[in-house]
Amino acid sequence: MDLAAILFYAFGAVLLAAAVAVVLVRNPVHAALFLVLAFFTAAGLWLLLYAEFLALTLVLVYVGAVMVLFLFVVMMLDINLDRLRVGFWRNLPLGFLVGVLMAAEMVALLAKSAFGTGAAAPGPDYSNTRALGSVLYTDYVYAFEIAAVILLVAIIAAIALTLRTRKETKYQDPSKQLAAHPAGRLRIVKMASETTVTLSPARNPSEGAE
Amino acid sequence: MIPLNQYLVLGALLFAVSVVGIFLNRKNLIVLLMAIELMLLAVNMNFIAFSHARGDLAGQVFVFFILTVAAAESAIGLAILVALFRNLRSIHVDDLGSLKG
Repeated sequence: MDLAAILFYAFGAVLLAAAVAVVLVRNPVHAALFLVLAFFTAAGLWLLLYAEFLALTLVLVYVGAVMVLFLFVVMMLDINLDRLRVGFWRNLPLGFLVGVLMAAEMVALLAKSAFGTGAAAPGPDYSNTRALGSVLYTDYVYAFEIAAVILLVAIIAAIALTLRTRKETKYQDPSKQLAAHPAGRLRIVKMASETTVTLSPARNPSEGAE
Repeated sequence: MIPLNQYLVLGALLFAVSVVGIFLNRKNLIVLLMAIELMLLAVNMNFIAFSHARGDLAGQVFVFFILTVAAAESAIGLAILVALFRNLRSIHVDDLGSLKG
């Protein structure tokens, strides 16, 4: 048993344990943290498959961004945990049965079939990122641009869904500010200048102190 | 060298665990979203294992797009949750029946 096999079984065990913990733990914050562990372990498994770029992307995008978003939302919302667990144990036998059946079927299909051991390990000058980029920007460039549009749609949708204007808060409206004209704000009155000016004598400030 | 079918079995087990999670946490929208993320992770594991076994980069490109779409999906899903919580003060599934006739 070489090092790669030992790492594979260890990481696989941690991944499955973290996945079971995600679906079983009571507190959603703990579930999100176990999901972070699952993603991290999956990134390690992808490194064993020589998919370095995707492993690093998984850690950066999922652990760094998506899971932080999950934790932020879970901690921001005031959740009644007891109501969310209603039906948990009632659904357990059926869910367990379906899960075990599904796993048994897929394992029975996959365990014996000979898919081979895969391609040999790439050489030392092989760069997974370079190879991925060279196909991503040529053969898959339209799909890449569609993915960019999907991200833009997600940004706009998330902002539009959560943006709200409070009535008690004062906002600046740039269009109203730009539409302001001097004629609407300022009225110049023509009047004759006053010629006689009566000056009151200047009071000495030290007089009042006595 | 780890055979390909061991990765496929791992992906299958991960998928089954997340299906059980969807069964168990039917009232909890946040854990439902997390179970969907786990499912996508299992699918991605299969894609990368096949990509490695076939020596073909198309599987990894597909995983790249799946990651993009999954990130967009969870961002919009969580935004919907926040908007829902603002209006109902609850994200319980039983409180979301306002479209029911």
